[in-house]
Amino acid sequence: MTKLSRGAALPLFILAVWELSSRLGVMTYESLSYPSAIAAAGWAALLDGSILESTWETCQSALLGLALGAVVGVALGAVVGLSRLASRAAGPTFDALRAIPSVALMPLGLLLFGWGLAMEVVVVAYACCWPIMIATSAAVRGVEPRLLEVADALEMSFAARLRKIVLPAAFARIGVGVRVALGIALVVAVTIEIAVNPRGLGYALVLAQQSLRPDVMFAQILWLALIGFALNALLSTVDGGARGEGSGA
Amino acid sequence: MPDVETRTRAADAASEAPALALRDVGVVFGAEANRPVLANISLDVREGEFLSIVGPSGCGKTTLLRLLAGLMKPTTGDVLFEGKRVDGPSRARAIVFQDYANALLPWRTVAGNIALPLERAGLSKPEREARVAALVAKMGLDAAANRYPAQLSGGMQQRVQIARCLAQKPRVMLMDEPFGALDALTRQTLQDELLALAAEQRVTTVFITHDLEEAIYLGDRVIALAANPGRVVETIDVGLPKPRNQLTTREDPAFLARRHRLFGLLQGH
Repeated sequence: MTKLSRGAALPLFILAVWELSSRLGVMTYESLSYPSAIAAAGWAALLDGSILESTWETCQSALLGLALGAVVGVALGAVVGLSRLASRAAGPTFDALRAIPSVALMPLGLLLFGWGLAMEVVVVAYACCWPIMIATSAAVRGVEPRLLEVADALEMSFAARLRKIVLPAAFARIGVGVRVALGIALVVAVTIEIAVNPRGLGYALVLAQQSLRPDVMFAQILWLALIGFALNALLSTVDGGARGEGSGA
Repeated sequence: MPDVETRTRAADAASEAPALALRDVGVVFGAEANRPVLANISLDVREGEFLSIVGPSGCGKTTLLRLLAGLMKPTTGDVLFEGKRVDGPSRARAIVFQDYANALLPWRTVAGNIALPLERAGLSKPEREARVAALVAKMGLDAAANRYPAQLSGGMQQRVQIARCLAQKPRVMLMDEPFGALDALTRQTLQDELLALAAEQRVTTVFITHDLEEAIYLGDRVIALAANPGRVVETIDVGLPKPRNQLTTREDPAFLARRHRLFGLLQGH
């Protein structure tokens, strides 16, 4: 038995028991559906394009939010990491803001931007910018001091120093922060859609639940797991590729 | 030993203002006022000369170089560059650090590292590439131009750092034990390459080392420092013929005489 088939044995067994118990009437709890019905529902949603459309909406707000959060987080993190004064002046404020659960900002976002893409992007960005800011400030502080002296010796401007020395040197560790934020982005986007924003996969889940379609709901949950996995893999490739080539800066 | 007093060509040429000068410089770290790192140091670096500064560990050699570079300020006294007070680093004074592995940008290729000082000089891309290519060829880095520092030997990495310094066309090159971490053969090769470069580029060079023989072999003059507190104990004109040769120069009785003299001085403290 290979490692893969051994790992697959338990899930397959559970699926088989689940399927059989539903079909044989052992378990009649209707809201649980069963594997073959879930597969059929997922296949149908793929064919009619509905799941792809909501996937597009969710990924759009998650990734735009992540991008906006990364821009803000890297900028704040660089300033806080480079300047001890900024760190002391702004640290407590950031700690307080960071303590607000991002989902608590959903009503405010709704009030400010209304339903749609904008409010979702902004709340996701808020949630994403903190881990990225913390990773960036730590990474910037950890830059090899000799490299900073090289920058000094070449009389680099603050901007050149940041662009040519500090950020490339800190890149790998910033990447870790972005990866953490990606997971957060997806969770927050789906949460917003479930709670207030009628779009994307979160709203599709709510619709499936309200129309008593557990098969569709399970298919969507599995689909979400696949998306999370795929996005993380995508980010790893981008991250690794940028580090490997690197001579640009 | 009258020949010790023989003045070298470079020393004769330097009758105008010194390239670099320390005037009564003292350095104290923190609150340890009773234990200065450097005390009452006055010295001149003459235009175009190769000056070696030698001393035991803890005598403040590196501190002295950082003062000349403008990377730190003296507690007392003045550091002068071409007659003007130094108040920070300048592109006219290039620094070669001992720890080449930390001083090179690991995410840039050899060519990318050498291009770093050229990027703000307002050069067009072809001009910049031509200058990088010329330096790559001069330092014997052709085969390594597109590789990353971590893929190179220590000697090659130090060549890259020297090439990067030459790219900024400095008037002074400040070298902090640049060959200290290299094996003996590589060190000798780089010593000869450096002498040829310094002569060809006519760049004033200050070379810090703890190796007496290296100091004499490379230098037009040698300044010896003693520790606790760091101070100048002796300045000698080397006066050995150039170009130097790893075998004949090191066997020259005059070389040995200077080595004995410096060894005795540094032992005495």
